[in-house]
Amino acid sequence: MAESQIAGTAVAAAGPAKEQTPRKRRRLKVSHPERCIGCLGCMFACSRIHSGTASLQDSGIKVLTRGGLEGDFVVVVCRGCEDPPCVRACPAGALERREDGNVIFHKEKCTSCGKCQEACLIGAITLDKEGKPIKCMHCGACIAFCPHGVLELEEVPA
Amino acid sequence: MLRKVLYIDLSRNESWVEEKQDLFAEWMGGTGAGIKLLREECPPGTDPLSPQAPIIFSIGPLNGIFPVATKAVATFKSPLNGELGESYAGGRLHLAMRFAGHEAIVIRGKAERPCYISINDAEVKIKDATSIWGIDAQTTGMILREREPGVGRRSIIRIGPGGEKLIRYANVIVDTYRHFGRLGLGAVFGSKNLKAMAISGTEHAEIPDAKRYREVYNKLYRTAVQTDIMEKYHDLGTSVNINVLNWLKGLPTKNFQASSFSEAEKISGEIFAEQYLFRRLSCAGCPIGCVHIATLKTAFSPHHEFEIRKISYDYEPIYSLGSNLGVASADGVLQLINAVEGLGLDAMSAGVVLGWATEAYERDLITPQETLGIPLQWNNVKSYLKALENIVKAPNEFYAALGNGVDFASRRYGGREFAMALGGNEVSGYHTGPASIVGQLVGVRHSHLDNAGYSIDQKAAKKQMDPEQMVDEIIKEDNSRGVFNSLVGCLFARGVYTEENIIEALGAVGIERSKDDLQILGKKIFEEKYRFKAGEGFDLSAARVPNRFYETISTLGKVSPETVKEMLSLYKSKRGW
Repeated sequence: MAESQIAGTAVAAAGPAKEQTPRKRRRLKVSHPERCIGCLGCMFACSRIHSGTASLQDSGIKVLTRGGLEGDFVVVVCRGCEDPPCVRACPAGALERREDGNVIFHKEKCTSCGKCQEACLIGAITLDKEGKPIKCMHCGACIAFCPHGVLELEEVPA
Repeated sequence: MLRKVLYIDLSRNESWVEEKQDLFAEWMGGTGAGIKLLREECPPGTDPLSPQAPIIFSIGPLNGIFPVATKAVATFKSPLNGELGESYAGGRLHLAMRFAGHEAIVIRGKAERPCYISINDAEVKIKDATSIWGIDAQTTGMILREREPGVGRRSIIRIGPGGEKLIRYANVIVDTYRHFGRLGLGAVFGSKNLKAMAISGTEHAEIPDAKRYREVYNKLYRTAVQTDIMEKYHDLGTSVNINVLNWLKGLPTKNFQASSFSEAEKISGEIFAEQYLFRRLSCAGCPIGCVHIATLKTAFSPHHEFEIRKISYDYEPIYSLGSNLGVASADGVLQLINAVEGLGLDAMSAGVVLGWATEAYERDLITPQETLGIPLQWNNVKSYLKALENIVKAPNEFYAALGNGVDFASRRYGGREFAMALGGNEVSGYHTGPASIVGQLVGVRHSHLDNAGYSIDQKAAKKQMDPEQMVDEIIKEDNSRGVFNSLVGCLFARGVYTEENIIEALGAVGIERSKDDLQILGKKIFEEKYRFKAGEGFDLSAARVPNRFYETISTLGKVSPETVKEMLSLYKSKRGW
C-alpha cells in the first residue's frame, strides 16, 4: 500500500462527509505545532512520495528550529490562501488558482524568476536547484508519518 | 549513491574530496569504514593528542534514507585509554553529512589558533574561533546558530572548556542534547584547536527504485511505531531503568558499594517524567522521540525569580551522577548533568571519577589538602559541582589527576580495587552479573553497548545460562553490532532492523548483500578493530577487573573471579586467540 492511500484513508475516516453543494477543498493545517518533536518524518514523506527521493530540499513542508533544539519548532506549510500572493506575483502565469481553490503549477511556463518565493510572507515556497518552486499540494500524505498528530487536513470553502 | 570522503587538514588549512567506492563496498560505511580509515591514518604509537592523530566521522548507506538510522560514528585514538576511540551520536549529524554529500570526514593536523569548521555542501571553510574559545558548549551552539546557514537541516557539534583543557574524557556535544560522549573525542578536538564543526547540505539521496524504497520504508516505519519494540524509549525513556535495576539489584550505588539505592524512587524515571519532563525530541528521521528534556527551575531570589534550564536526561547520567554518588534528588542530578553539559565532560566518566574520589576521601587516601577544602561526600551536590569545575581548571595535581580518568588517578592515589574502569574506560550503570563485566572488558570500545552484557545477565536472571552460553551471546552481539553500526542505526531500534530487514533496506538503495555477507562483515570489522587495539598495546589477558565487582552482590548474586576468568578463557578460545 502506498502512503498516499494510508493518508487518504485516515482522512476519509476523520473528515466530515461531503454532502452540501458549496464547493470545498482540502487544506493541510498545522493544528498542533507544539506537539512536534522534530523527527522531520513529514518532510521525508513529502519528498519520498512526490519525488521518490530522500531529501529535505524536495519537501513542500518545512520543519525549522527557532533558537535551536532548545527553542521551538516552526512548521511551515502553504496556507492555501484565498487570494494567493504567489499566483499574483508570477509574471509568467505558471501558478494558477483553479476554481476549486487549488493552486497548480505549470512547470513549462516557469522562468525560475523566484518572485513567488519572495511573495510568500510565511516562506512556504522553496526553490529547487533549477529555481522552480516547491510547494505543498495539500495532499495530506505527510499526515500518516507524523507520530504526534501535528498535522491534519481541513475542509475549507473553495 | 554518494561514496565520498572529505579530508580536512587543519595545519595546512585545506580540504579535498576523494571518491572511495572500494572502501565503502568492502567496509559498508559507519564503523566499518571508520576503522579502516583509522588504520590508514593512525599508525601504532601515535600520540592521540598530537596533530598526527586523526578524527574520523562516518555514516552508513541507510542514514538519512530510512527511519531510525539516525547516528553518526566518530573513530579516533582515545586519549583516555590510549587505544581504540569509538563513539556514537544521534541528533542531526548523520542527516547533515548525507545531504552535504560526505559519507566520511577525516580531520587531520592542528590549527594555528582556535578555529571551527563550516561545511555547506561542497564548500568547506576553516574559520576563526578565538572569540568563542573558553565559552561553554551551550552558548557556543547559540552563537554558531546565528552565524551559520541551514536552519532545520544542519548539525552543530562543539566542545566545552573540558575539551579545550584536554580532559581525557571530554565529550563533543551534538545539536545541544546528544553527544559523542565516550573515550575523549572532546580532548582530541581541543588538541587540534578545533572548537566546533557546523555542517549542512542541500543534496538529496538518489534512490534506484522509488516504489521499492517506499514499500521498505513503510514496513520499517510501521515496525518502529506500531509494535512494542521501542515502547520503553517512547514513554519514560531509558530512565525507566532506575527503578527496574534497583529492584533487580543491578543499580550501581555509591561507587558500586551497593547495587540498590534506598533513595532510587526520588531519582526514578517516573519522578522525572511526572515532575520535570516538559518535552521530548527526536533525532532527525526517528518517530520515537526518546530524547527527554527536563526543566530545572531554581529560585535566585526570595521574590519568585527563577533561572530556567532545559536539560536532557537519560538512564546513564542519572546512574553516574545520581545513584553512583548517592544523590537523592532529581534536582541535584539535573544540576550535575547541567554542569557536565556546560563543561563538555562525559557524564559517565565524570560520575565514576567523582565516585572513586568520594570513597578515597572517605578512606583518607586523599585529604582536604588535595581537594582544596571541598568535602567530597555522598549526596553533596554543591561539592560535586565545585569539583567538576576544578577538574577542568586543574588548580592542583589532584584535580589534574582526576582529569586523566579513574585509572590514572587511582594509580597515583591508591584505591585501585574500587576504581571502576574496564579497559581503561569508566564503567556504565550496570552491576547485573558476569556478562556485563566480561562484555565491557572484551568489547572493542569497552562500552556496555558493544555487546550488551547487561542484557544477557538480565536474560540469565529469568532463564539460567551457563558461562559458555553467555560468551556465545557476547560474541554474537559483538559481531552483529559491527554490521548495524556500519549502517549507523540507533541501537534502541536494533529490534526493527532484523537481518532480513537490513538486507531489504540495503537492497532498496542498490546494495545487494546476503546473510552470509553480513556475518562475514561483522566478524571482519571486529577483527580489524582488535588489530588496531593490539597495535596500541591492548592485551585482554592483562586487563584488570576492579575487585569491587566481586564484593558487591549483583542481579545474578555474587560474581566470582573464577566465573569471569572462565568466561574470558572461553571467549579467547572461541575467538581463536
